Amino acid sequence: MQTAREENSISIKYKSEVKNLNFYYGAFHALKNIDMALHDKKITALIGPSGCGKSTFLRCFNRMHDLYPGNRYDGQIILHPDDVNILEQNVDPIEVRMRISMVFQKPNPFPKSIYENVAYGLRVRGIKQRAILDERVELALRNSALWDEVKDRQNDLAFNLSGGQQQRLCIARALATEPEILLFDEPTSALDPIATASIEELITDLKNKVTILIVTHNMQQAARVSDYTAYMYLGELIEFGVTDTIFIKPKNKQTEDYITGRFG
Amino acid sequence: MTKKSLNEASNVGKLGFSFRRHLHEKFIEFILFLSATLSIAIMLAIIAMLLKESWVFFQQVSLWDFLTDTQWTPLFDDAHYGILPLVSGTVVSSLIALLVALPLGTIIAVYLSEFAPFTVREMAKPFLELLGGVPTVVYGYFALLFVTPLLQIIFPELPGFSLLSAGLVMGIMIIPYVSSMTEDAMRAVPMNLREGSYAMGATRFQTAIRVVMPAAFSGIAAAYILGISRAVGETMVVAIAAGMQPNLTWNPMEPAATITAYIVQVSLGDLPHGSIGYQTIFAAGLTLLILTLIFNIIGHVLRKKYREIY
Amino acid sequence: MSNINNLDEIRKIINQQRRWDLAFTVAGVIALMIAVLTFIVLFAHMLIDGAPRLSWDFFSSFPSRRPEMAGILSAWVGTTLVMIVTALSAVPLGIGAGVYLEEYAAKNLLTEIIEINISNLAGVPSIIYGLLALGLFVYQLGFGQSILAAGLALALLILPVVIVATREAIRAIPVAIREGAYALGATKWQTVIDHLLPYSSAGILTGIIIGLARAIGETAPVITIGALTFIAFLPPSPIKNEFPFLSFEWLMAPFTVMPIQMFNWVSRPEEAFQLNAAAAGLVLVVMTLAMNGLAIYLRYRMRKTIKW
Repeated sequence: MQTAREENSISIKYKSEVKNLNFYYGAFHALKNIDMALHDKKITALIGPSGCGKSTFLRCFNRMHDLYPGNRYDGQIILHPDDVNILEQNVDPIEVRMRISMVFQKPNPFPKSIYENVAYGLRVRGIKQRAILDERVELALRNSALWDEVKDRQNDLAFNLSGGQQQRLCIARALATEPEILLFDEPTSALDPIATASIEELITDLKNKVTILIVTHNMQQAARVSDYTAYMYLGELIEFGVTDTIFIKPKNKQTEDYITGRFG
Repeated sequence: MTKKSLNEASNVGKLGFSFRRHLHEKFIEFILFLSATLSIAIMLAIIAMLLKESWVFFQQVSLWDFLTDTQWTPLFDDAHYGILPLVSGTVVSSLIALLVALPLGTIIAVYLSEFAPFTVREMAKPFLELLGGVPTVVYGYFALLFVTPLLQIIFPELPGFSLLSAGLVMGIMIIPYVSSMTEDAMRAVPMNLREGSYAMGATRFQTAIRVVMPAAFSGIAAAYILGISRAVGETMVVAIAAGMQPNLTWNPMEPAATITAYIVQVSLGDLPHGSIGYQTIFAAGLTLLILTLIFNIIGHVLRKKYREIY
Repeated sequence: MSNINNLDEIRKIINQQRRWDLAFTVAGVIALMIAVLTFIVLFAHMLIDGAPRLSWDFFSSFPSRRPEMAGILSAWVGTTLVMIVTALSAVPLGIGAGVYLEEYAAKNLLTEIIEINISNLAGVPSIIYGLLALGLFVYQLGFGQSILAAGLALALLILPVVIVATREAIRAIPVAIREGAYALGATKWQTVIDHLLPYSSAGILTGIIIGLARAIGETAPVITIGALTFIAFLPPSPIKNEFPFLSFEWLMAPFTVMPIQMFNWVSRPEEAFQLNAAAAGLVLVVMTLAMNGLAIYLRYRMRKTIKW
């Protein structure tokens, strides 16, 4: 918390700032007074026991909660450099999602070809020219370290890929539109250790290209990939700071208990 | 049984095997098995009955004549047995019905599954179900006495019986059938696919058209095919509103009989059992069964396919 | 490279797509309205034509050559009796088959054939069942054009509905319930009869009601049996004064049913008979709607109360 407030004055380093965010599922108060910031082109990890609201928090960033009735946001998530609160009613959630992409817990490729999966975001933006599509699909597949494996079978159905490949395809799909922030919701929880390693490597590689926010239930993963870590518990942000600090000498007792495995 | 076996079971210390109980259980299982296999017996009986009477029929009428003769006049002195006029009536009325039911049914399904607010969906679904429960004879009444006069205002030359009027009403009648199966197929598409699409910045329409519908493709195709089968086999609406005169025509503005309407027409009269007139309805029925069975099997296979994916 | 993330460009595209969203919502509402309005018009048309004919006399008179004297007495009595036969034969057979397929059947070829066959039976046009009943019940088994033949024909027709409803209702019961019963030493049949059937009864009942509502409105198979005749009498009463007090003569009696009576009147050219048809249709629609409505309500209540 301390660090976040200290650095507040030089907000240009931030890609996004969360100010006093509250979120409600109907009557249930799921997120309470969260203040935090996403550092530009860095990886921020959200950790905490299950049910602590970390996925709920993540899904505020691309307004996924708008899809279901009865959900309510309160507070601000400011997106820089526009300095716009993306939770504002008059901000179009579709516009937000075009700039802030997301990779889900379980790989969810569309029942289309590999190529069409990656091209989907571009098609949604109305891009039809084959040359542009080809170029961007290839770039996205290269960036997600999938190109060599699939370049000769881009027209195969995406379901034929392995679980890890499917997840990398979903990352390629998210990357193809050059998002400013990439959200990962426990991206490796449905994968085996080898696939997990390749996804983690990929996320680290992406660091300098895009701002990343990742939810993980795996503390080693948070320690391995992230630059900043936030610990959440029961809808509250308990501690937020540089990953090394959080893991080596957390200020908060609760955080320490969780990290050392005494709780959670 | 319960009393006896309870006593036996309470013989603590002697673990054994009760033949009585075993027999009793097997007997019940056998009875249940019989009721399950009854469905096969019914299907076989249908096929046997149709084949048996049709066999006699085809002893007197060659299959070639049946399939190529352009007149169907089995009850006239100069009898002709060409199924084509009945097939044309069936095809035209079904096509009109499908032109109404498939687009409207699909739009309703997509709307209810992807667009409609929760309350609208909760209200509309039971209503559509009620609509599907209205007896077909009532729709026939509606076609003949309301829709035909209405159409005659627009097309003054439209006769009192027409394939157009019957087909339109039949289409409305099939809408709930198509929409509920299409919606089921779309709802079976997992939410995380939709979320994947929305997370890319897609709108509802884009998500529905580009992701949900392709994912539900085989289910939607099954809904269409079962809808076709339903239209082909529908009886009362066409029997009442399209007339019962066999007429080889592709013009929806004319009256014509369908296969089903012909069976009704013959049943209304008093044909002696075993006459060739009696056998014609079985030959017509066999044609109808083959048509609908083909559609149903395709539909079944497609439906099974989409259930396997998710 | 960054042309795709040009803000104005994106806004333009989103607005274009938004128009599609709006257009489709409008199309959806219109399509729904067409279905809703058709039904309202249909009902109103029948109500205007038929309501004046509805009176006590209409329910207690036989059909007649004179439209203003004609009623639906023989039709509703016939429908009731046919439905009794249908329910008594389709319900035990359908539940039995459903229980077998869900709880007993091994995953083998025969089971798969039965399953495919049931879904095929559900798609067989109703008039084909009429042909089966004509050949099998009326002539082969010698039941004649009777209540029994019609009731059995309709029972075969709704059998798939009852089977599917039974299976779905039983499938919804969690495995834990079965294991609980077996753990107490219950046999398979005891588990079925003491637990599965009682807990799924609401779902099964819903299926039975929907099936019977469909059977009540079915016209084609009953016509095919040859039941379209002028019936101005009632079948023999099932209750007698002397021992054994019950009589089954009515099973073999000629009959008519509501939808046939309506069809009969619709096909008359005289307008007065068409008013009778509207009145009979009104009774028929109210009956089927009430039954379907009851089924929908039962299912709704079931969803509210039972949460496994």
